[in-house]
Amino acid sequence: MGWFKRIKSGITTKSKDKKEIPEGLWYKCPSCKHVATSEEQEKLLWVCEGCGHHERIGSEEYFSILFDNNEFKELNPRMVSGDPLVFTDTKAYPDRLAKSQAATGLKDAIRTAYGPIDGQNAVVACMDFRFIGGSMGSVVGEKIARGIDYAIKNECPFICLSKSGGARMMEAGFSLMQMAKTSAKLTQLADAKLPYISILTDPTTGGVTASFAMLGDLNIAEPKALIGFAGPRVVKETIGKDLPEGFQRSEFVRDHGFLDYIVERSKLKSQLSLSLKMLRKTN
Amino acid sequence: MRTYLDFEEPIKELHEQLEKTKEIQEKSKVDVKTLTSDLVQKIEQTTKDIFASLTPWQRVQLSRHPQRPYTLGYINAMTEEFIELHGDRNFGDDHAMVGGLGMLNGRSVMFIGQQKGINTKMRQYRNFGMANPEGYRKALRLMKMAEKFDIPVVTLIDTPGAFPGLEAEERGQGEAIAKNLMEMVKLRVPVICVIIGEGASGGALGIGIGDQVVMLENSWYSVISPENCSTILWRNWDHKIEAADALKLTSMDMLNNKLIDGVISEPLGGAHADPEGMFEILKKELTERIDTLEKIDPEKRIKNRIKKFSAMGEFQ
Repeated sequence: MGWFKRIKSGITTKSKDKKEIPEGLWYKCPSCKHVATSEEQEKLLWVCEGCGHHERIGSEEYFSILFDNNEFKELNPRMVSGDPLVFTDTKAYPDRLAKSQAATGLKDAIRTAYGPIDGQNAVVACMDFRFIGGSMGSVVGEKIARGIDYAIKNECPFICLSKSGGARMMEAGFSLMQMAKTSAKLTQLADAKLPYISILTDPTTGGVTASFAMLGDLNIAEPKALIGFAGPRVVKETIGKDLPEGFQRSEFVRDHGFLDYIVERSKLKSQLSLSLKMLRKTN
Repeated sequence: MRTYLDFEEPIKELHEQLEKTKEIQEKSKVDVKTLTSDLVQKIEQTTKDIFASLTPWQRVQLSRHPQRPYTLGYINAMTEEFIELHGDRNFGDDHAMVGGLGMLNGRSVMFIGQQKGINTKMRQYRNFGMANPEGYRKALRLMKMAEKFDIPVVTLIDTPGAFPGLEAEERGQGEAIAKNLMEMVKLRVPVICVIIGEGASGGALGIGIGDQVVMLENSWYSVISPENCSTILWRNWDHKIEAADALKLTSMDMLNNKLIDGVISEPLGGAHADPEGMFEILKKELTERIDTLEKIDPEKRIKNRIKKFSAMGEFQ
């Protein structure tokens, strides 16, 4: 018998379980290692059948989940960011943008669209984490602003799915002011008495949490999503201790009073449309 | 004893020479008048030269100068009377965020701002100017009170960021800041925000929505500190000087990018070289700006505020 016993899972993974799986055909849950085909995964709305792990998905998937028959009109689909600060770190910002655009097929970290959700029209803004960590720059702010204008004009609710690491450093001051801009526009939506539903998904942190993501008439979240102002690594460094289990997860945030409810992806659309329906006065 | 930054060394040497000259005069009664006046002149010229071409990083250093005046220093010097008001009426009193009613040239003004400590003990007491959620909620309470009594609001911003602690997260740091942004947009009274030192990210913006957002000449305002920016983009702290350049965080850069409404000049050598002069300049600026803003109809002020922030962004 050896002197040490390995008690952590994963370390003793048998070599047959470690096989690399070709991308595209199979999905392996990072949480419980359950394996499913990509087709099955799509039917399950990218939620693991084994453990309920909600895989990170983007605007394309969320639009298909929310809009009836995936029918919607995308708003300002061609808007792209400028480079107001001529920002260069290890790479020039325009190069970074171009690379991200090529890799993702997206123009920036958010898409906005107008369409029916169980027959009720709404503007839906959805962030894409794949695009520079879902970071908020001028395009994110402007698309949300225009989405709100569109909702006011069409007298419909505004829904925003957040998924972001926070501000986009390459736009520095401009990025910071998108927090002010989106909050200012939300006051206009509120004045028009139109609902704003904020859906927080994994992860929602930084300047996005400290502005529009926390300002919903209803703040709702998917299970176990990371939601916070400071990232967990920063908090850990600040307090010099390990973080408690479940810290900054949806359930934690709800229990501290900042979310109205948590909803599984399979019930997201029905709960959302029911909430919207009941936010309207009925006689 | 005045503290000198690395690039202020030449000024320090001249000051030392001046001190020595004065000593000699006292001891030997030798007339050194011409030498003294020469030195005074030289100090002024050297200071002018150094301050005419400051780099962004040097301005960041100035914004953190240990002798730079802090929020309560400004309030106490500028007002005839000041009553500090504590607490958010909910959780507690945040020592990193101060506020209260001040009499500015015979006019009642609600002052709010982050407060840094002047020595090690006080720095801890003030949590280095990093507010918790209750600080932002206290700020909002005071702003709403000011609105109720039709009193203008002045915020003085000086923070390395909102506190990233465990309890701050539990109590909703993000929500507290977000709420302030939305509420400040709608405040019916004039709001002037002045970045007097460090304006770091959401922690600064949480009391930074106003009809007039202005920066002192040697302050900085951005989405992240140069050090943290360097850590994230270059993966270590060594690139803070490059990061300070890249972020365009100085008062003039922010003005040129139309992200603020004005820059307030500091006395020669910076606010720390002549705090009294600085207080006087800001007092005059605030008085004039409040006068102008009070003439505008509240609805119009709010409309202008929304329009101003909505216009910020660069895209095609």
